[in-house]
Amino acid sequence: MTEITSLEERFQAKIDADQRIEPRDWMPEKYRKTLIRQISQHAHSEIVGMLPEGNWITRAPSLRRKLGLIAKVQDEAGHGLYLYSAAETLGVERDELIDQLHIGKAKYSSIFNYPTLTWADIGAIGWLVDGAAIMNQVPLCRCSYGPYARAMVRVCKEESFHQRQGYEIMLTLCEGSPAQKAMAQDALNRWWWPALMMFGPNDAESTHSAQSMAWKIKRFSNDELRQRFVDMTKPQADYLGITIPDPDLKWDEEKQKHDFGEIDWDEFWKVVKGHGPCNKERLAARVKAHEEGQWVRDAAVAYANKKVNKISNNSQVA
Amino acid sequence: MDKNKNILLQYVLQLADNAMILGQRLGELCGHGPILEQDIAITNISLDLIGEARVLYSYAAEIEGNGKTEDDYPYKRDILDWKNILLVEQPNGHFGHTIVRQFMFDCYHYYHLTEMRNSSDIRLAEIAKKTIKEATYHLKYSSEWMIRLGDGTEESHAKMQEALSDLIRFFDEAFIPSKIEKEESLKGIAVDCERIRNRAWEKFRSVCEEATLKIPEVEYPQEGGKNGLHSEQLGFILADLQFLQRAYPNSNW
Repeated sequence: MTEITSLEERFQAKIDADQRIEPRDWMPEKYRKTLIRQISQHAHSEIVGMLPEGNWITRAPSLRRKLGLIAKVQDEAGHGLYLYSAAETLGVERDELIDQLHIGKAKYSSIFNYPTLTWADIGAIGWLVDGAAIMNQVPLCRCSYGPYARAMVRVCKEESFHQRQGYEIMLTLCEGSPAQKAMAQDALNRWWWPALMMFGPNDAESTHSAQSMAWKIKRFSNDELRQRFVDMTKPQADYLGITIPDPDLKWDEEKQKHDFGEIDWDEFWKVVKGHGPCNKERLAARVKAHEEGQWVRDAAVAYANKKVNKISNNSQVA
Repeated sequence: MDKNKNILLQYVLQLADNAMILGQRLGELCGHGPILEQDIAITNISLDLIGEARVLYSYAAEIEGNGKTEDDYPYKRDILDWKNILLVEQPNGHFGHTIVRQFMFDCYHYYHLTEMRNSSDIRLAEIAKKTIKEATYHLKYSSEWMIRLGDGTEESHAKMQEALSDLIRFFDEAFIPSKIEKEESLKGIAVDCERIRNRAWEKFRSVCEEATLKIPEVEYPQEGGKNGLHSEQLGFILADLQFLQRAYPNSNW
């Protein structure tokens, strides 16, 4: 056995041996910061992601669909909770992370800055957005950081249920009236490219990738995951009988994968930098809920303190 | 349809409409709660209530027996056919309004279901036995928040007092029998809502007292919803709820 001297080498050796890093283990400051950034972005995405879908809860077209949608949006709140808790194991408070979101310092997935205009968008989000999220997240179940990996196991199970639910909404629309099928096609047209953007910049442009791969926070590159997503989704669109809005999309027999067109990176950066169709509205809705909830949170704390004081006063008397 | 069957149908719809409209109102809050944990809790109550409405609407469809489904009632009836109490259609307001409205409904709902377990209509008795588990939790949840917010800070106390003043006039309608509830043929089937009034009010008073809240006097209770006369709120709720079914009639979703 080679003698390992520095903490950093020991840490990397553990990762190389596919062992998990746990909250009390020593870790490089950059590893901790990278994880806090990634996990909190992920948590924020779940919470902001409740808004575009929540937008359709009151208008869902049947009781079954309404219950399915409410439960789905609620699952996202639950994912946000586990993820904030996973981030807290790295020594940061949920409040602090939420403040960073509200002042615009922390990012969340750009996909949620697009509007949900029709009921078919609820289907398309489940099918494409949750589908892309699963591609990204399944490898995270083997992430080197234990609490994150464990949270992702549960998140992925629920996400895959959401994806099936979304696809089933699309299928029902595509088997429905011509107006419903047109609604489904329109939703695919609007969500396809933003869904591909969810995998992030091309590998050559991706700033955090190399280090994250070495630390086994990330297991596959952005482009690899994007390719898998396209290969998985194309036959699903064919089955629905709707067309992916990319004239360059075709099967390459030799490479055994699909070729596809170039993403509009100007649009990608525009939305990332806060200028998408709903960036302002999404953040404003989060800030409003938080500010209007301040008195409720304050009262809960005040009441809990009163209770504690009462108990300690009583025990002093006793 | 046979007269007694129709009376039973109207009664079942009245129960379903209460759960449906309150569930719909709470659904509006999903993603906008004061803290993540309470967002999830409120959403749970919404799911329970819409679930209850669904079971009752299915039963209504069975009673009618003419091919209607659970969705026909919430999605295709206009305002005058809705028989929910006015309380449940009131807006979410601030979180204090949401909690006071919920607590008032829970005081009614819990004792109503307690009695409905003994209904001579087996289906209603079964539904009550299943639903009371959820309603018990709802009552516990809203009672705790009444107390926490009433006896929290000065600001929260004032907000709760405000919500009570705004909503107290809607509390009594649940305990005033509608035309349908007075029907002879519903004896033994329907709950005598006047009989549960005292128990509900006792719970209401004791929680308000612990919450250090003063119950305002009500000179003129508001009623009408149970007989189809609603506040202006309900029209907007239905506009949202029914939009897709109205815009694309006879479609599967």
